[in-house]
Amino acid sequence: MSAPGPRSLVVVSAGLSQPSTTRLLADRLSAAVDRHLRDAGVEPKVDVIELREHAQDLTNNLLTGFPSPRLQATVDTVLGADGLIAVSPIFSASFSGLFKMFFDVVDRDGLAGKPSLIAATGGTPRHSLAIEHALRPLFAYLNAAVVATGVYAAAEDWGGGGVTADGSLVERIDRAAGELAAAIVAREPQARADRFETPVPFEQALRSNSATD
Amino acid sequence: MQFGVFTVGDVTPDPTTGRAVSEAERIQIMVTVALKAEEVGLDVFATGEHHNPPFVPSSPTTMLGYIAARTERLMLSTATTLITTNDPVKIAEDYAMLQHLAGGRVDLMMGRGNMGPVYPWFGQDIRNGIALAYENYALLRRLWREDVVDWEGKFRTPLTGFTSTPRPLDGVPPFVWHGSIRSPEIAEQAAYYGDGFFHNNIFWPKEHVQRMVELYRRRFEHYGHGPADRAIVGLGGHVFMRQNSQDAIREFRPYFDHAPVYGGSMSLEDYMTQTPMTIGSPQEVIDRTMSFREIVGDYQRQLFLADHAGLPLVTVLEQMDMLGELVVPVLRREFAALRPANVPDGPPLHPAVIAARAVSDVNEPAAEEAPVEAVAG
Repeated sequence: MSAPGPRSLVVVSAGLSQPSTTRLLADRLSAAVDRHLRDAGVEPKVDVIELREHAQDLTNNLLTGFPSPRLQATVDTVLGADGLIAVSPIFSASFSGLFKMFFDVVDRDGLAGKPSLIAATGGTPRHSLAIEHALRPLFAYLNAAVVATGVYAAAEDWGGGGVTADGSLVERIDRAAGELAAAIVAREPQARADRFETPVPFEQALRSNSATD
Repeated sequence: MQFGVFTVGDVTPDPTTGRAVSEAERIQIMVTVALKAEEVGLDVFATGEHHNPPFVPSSPTTMLGYIAARTERLMLSTATTLITTNDPVKIAEDYAMLQHLAGGRVDLMMGRGNMGPVYPWFGQDIRNGIALAYENYALLRRLWREDVVDWEGKFRTPLTGFTSTPRPLDGVPPFVWHGSIRSPEIAEQAAYYGDGFFHNNIFWPKEHVQRMVELYRRRFEHYGHGPADRAIVGLGGHVFMRQNSQDAIREFRPYFDHAPVYGGSMSLEDYMTQTPMTIGSPQEVIDRTMSFREIVGDYQRQLFLADHAGLPLVTVLEQMDMLGELVVPVLRREFAALRPANVPDGPPLHPAVIAARAVSDVNEPAAEEAPVEAVAG
């Protein structure tokens, strides 16, 4: 089952170096999702966000309580997207601080129901479960619809493990991308409700206020 | 158009000397600032309400009552009154009493507060912030407008046959602003009742302020209170002046860099670009303030943050002299020249309502015609 119309995909990469392994993984995932969407007859629009470029604005937002216009535009891109790919390096057994700072300033309800793919990079395969014990709970809290396959790429995945073998990085990217594309296609294109354009009418809000909750 | 000062009443050490005033000194500074506001020809003094250090003003009507006795024409207001954690019955009583003592020179601004533990300290839950603001204010309105109130809601014990005393002076409830920095729900509430909407834009980019005020104006019209451009809007402002801009920046920078709110974040220059803060010459303050009109339309009240961040009293008083002599007279003239004849030049406050009564039989301004019955809790 698929709903018609174009879809937007946003890729959030928290890599720090340039070029970064995190961005490399993000690009592979993005290309694979793009391919799956086109196979399903859907025209994707892809935006890539490098959090490094917003590091200063994120700190300022946390301290001052408001986003810079540029950061606000970036957050709006994420909120308005039909699908999300979020990729972080694993530092000290979890996602990076920069990665968390970004999702700390996104509206709490902004990712609810959004088809999302979580991925991470690390030096060794011993941290691969950080996907499950760090990233997945974060996105569960945000009520994102995270696909079953998370992709962790250790340094050795870029050389060993083969390309076509079951469980290789290429195969895992393809499997996760297929799951995300299917979830995006199954959902109506998202027109984000603007609380400024269409406020909840006061009497309706007051009624739900006095209803038992 | 009304101009005034507002204060949060923070005890912050002066970063240039390390000296912090005592609570006793801070309270006297707030009173001195209020008296100075009248002396230099400003229209309004508004005090914050806080229930935790380093802030001193926990009891606004006590302070405003004292100031009322020592002033003649200054409007006394709040920035803000905590509609979430105060009992609306007590707000109704306290501010009606203040209204009588101050000869009607009272309005107030509803806010939700921003310090999490204040809610549990007063037996509430911060997750109910908007719900509390809606229900408590709906009750407050009825207490000021109906002599005998039967009421039942979620957050307070029910009332049967309750009369809030004293009744509002001359039967005119204090004018109410609703202040919110980021919640469209509060702009909607202000619009529904035809009350004023105040955006404390001192911390926020102008694009955001614009969206909030535009929403309020559009919904004010939607609810039948009159055209959007007649809605009652107030703004905050954040200025520091010296005759020479560079002197102003040099003197204010340590206060900015160490202020509790924005210290340690971006540079003063970036902050001035991204928010309405203006540190410079009186002419720069005039130009910047006039530019607010292009963002939100003709508006009715402009409050400036005066004493904060550990600024010495002598400096604060110099700033107020400059506001009174060099800035506000020019702003009054220029705003008046640009304001269309059909746009109110101020909020419908008690003195204006009484004056209007004297010349016509109109008992209630348009702003009071919201369907109060429909919102009975």
